[in-house]
This record gives sequence, C-alpha cells and structure tokens, in this order.
Amino acid sequence: MSGIAVVVFPGSNCEFDTLYALRTLGAQAELVWHRETDLSDFAGAVLPGGFAHGDYLRTGAIAGFSPVMAEVRRMAAQGRPVLGICNGFQILCEVGLLPGALIPNRDLRFICRDVELEVVDTGSVLTAAATPGQRLRVPLNSYEGNWVDPSNDSRIVVRYVEDPNGAQEQAAAVANDKGNVVGIMPHPERAIDAMVGSTDGRVLLEGFIASVDREESRV
Amino acid sequence: MNVTVNITRRPEIADPQGTTVARALRDLGHDSVESVRIDRTIHLIVDGDDVEEVRQAVTAMCEQLLANPVLEDFEVIVG
Repeated sequence: MSGIAVVVFPGSNCEFDTLYALRTLGAQAELVWHRETDLSDFAGAVLPGGFAHGDYLRTGAIAGFSPVMAEVRRMAAQGRPVLGICNGFQILCEVGLLPGALIPNRDLRFICRDVELEVVDTGSVLTAAATPGQRLRVPLNSYEGNWVDPSNDSRIVVRYVEDPNGAQEQAAAVANDKGNVVGIMPHPERAIDAMVGSTDGRVLLEGFIASVDREESRV
Repeated sequence: MNVTVNITRRPEIADPQGTTVARALRDLGHDSVESVRIDRTIHLIVDGDDVEEVRQAVTAMCEQLLANPVLEDFEVIVG
C-alpha cells in the first residue's frame, strides 16, 4: 500500500493540476476512475475540483453514489487521509464525511481570484505542517463555495481573512472530528509554483503528503 | 403515476438567489415584496397503482438522493 489516489469523476477538471502538485512535492500519486471499487493499494485519497456529473441536481450529489465512494468512506473510517478540494469538498459534504453543505456564493458570482487564508487549527491532515495563525495566499475558483452548517458545531481548520462568499464563520476548510478528512474550497494545488503567483499551497499539500507517509508506515 | 416533489431550503438557510430577486422586484417598484424564496420542483412518472406505495418509494428517493437532509425539506405529492 502506498501513495495517493486522485479520484476522477466525469466532469472533474483539476485532476491533472492535483496530480502534478502532489508529484512535484514528492508524493507517489495516481489517477483513479470513479468506477474503481478497490483503493486498498492507496494510503490516502484526494477528490479534486471540477463539476462531477455536471453538478446536476446539487453539486456533488450524484458523485456521492459513484462506486469509488464506498472505498473513500472505508479509507476515511480507517483513519486514512482524505482530502476534497473545491468540488471534492462539496462531494465529501454530500456523503456526510464532512459536516454542512455548500450553497451558491452570497453575491451569486463565480469567484476567481487569490484570497488570503489563515490557518486556525493545525490538527488536520491538511494543516499539520502549517503553524497556527499562518497566512496563505491561494486561488479561490468557485460558484458554490458558501459553506453552511446548521449544527454550528464543526471543526474549521482554515478561514478566509476577508469574507469572499458568505461562508459561515468565514470557513475555507473544514475537517471531521478526527482530522483525517478535510475539505478546502480554495485550490492549494494551484499555488505550488512561483511562476503562477504563489507557493503558499505547498505547506498544506506537504502536510497532507506527510500524513499519508505516516499512514503508510503505520499500516 | 405522476408525482411532484417540492424541495425547499429550510428557512434558516440563506437563499442568495431569492434575496437578489426580492431586491430586484423592489427596485421595480413592487414595494409590497417582503421575501422571496426560490425552490425546486421535480416531476416524476413512477410505475405503480397504490398511492401509498408510490409515496413511500418517492420518499425513499428524496431521502437517498433528491434532497439534501442538511439543508432541505421535501414534500411528496402523488397524483
């Protein structure tokens, strides 16, 4: 068992950026089609951004029933690192692996710009390498990025410094109680090379990769 | 059998689309508008003769896929 599965749904469009980022940062990572029913070879999984199944019905709703999701649930239950970026975050909320849901941005606009983030909890697999209070500049590219959680009892690990989309408590990334499942709305995989403006996404993905490495040595 | 499913976002959950439409209506002079909520209606044709059975089947569909239990309520109307 080794490496990270990057799950590809029909309509995913950030899988190559994600694969490139993970490999550039030293991880072993492979693309896996959403009909795959066995992820036992992988120590971690990433659900990339995009518009899985066209976002029909609700964003992430149909992807939640893709065959691969049974395996993603199993990995999450076993404590393996699972990360959802953007649409991947929406899917993890739809299947109940993360709390809350994502609704259209308050101003009904697709937001496509860099935003400043603040790490507020370093106990998750995504934020493990960051320091509390660390500021990061990462692109946000979403229409349904407005996270809401009626339970008001969630583990927010990264916040927006300034509210871009109406998300409750300015949440940009949310984890489950154990911290092994995380969803983030901005795109750390697009901020790993100074050539495209920022390398601030590295510390997040490096933390995730290190968490996967620890999982591999544990099992 | 024709079945209509009304899916409504719970009142405490913001509806940015409804808020924007309400503002636009007021801008057009419709000062009486107090609130707008925009929800979804799904029309299904379901094989079956027993209204109660069909209702139960569509209720299961709502719980499983059609509605998001975190945010939404639903109403199933058979016939």
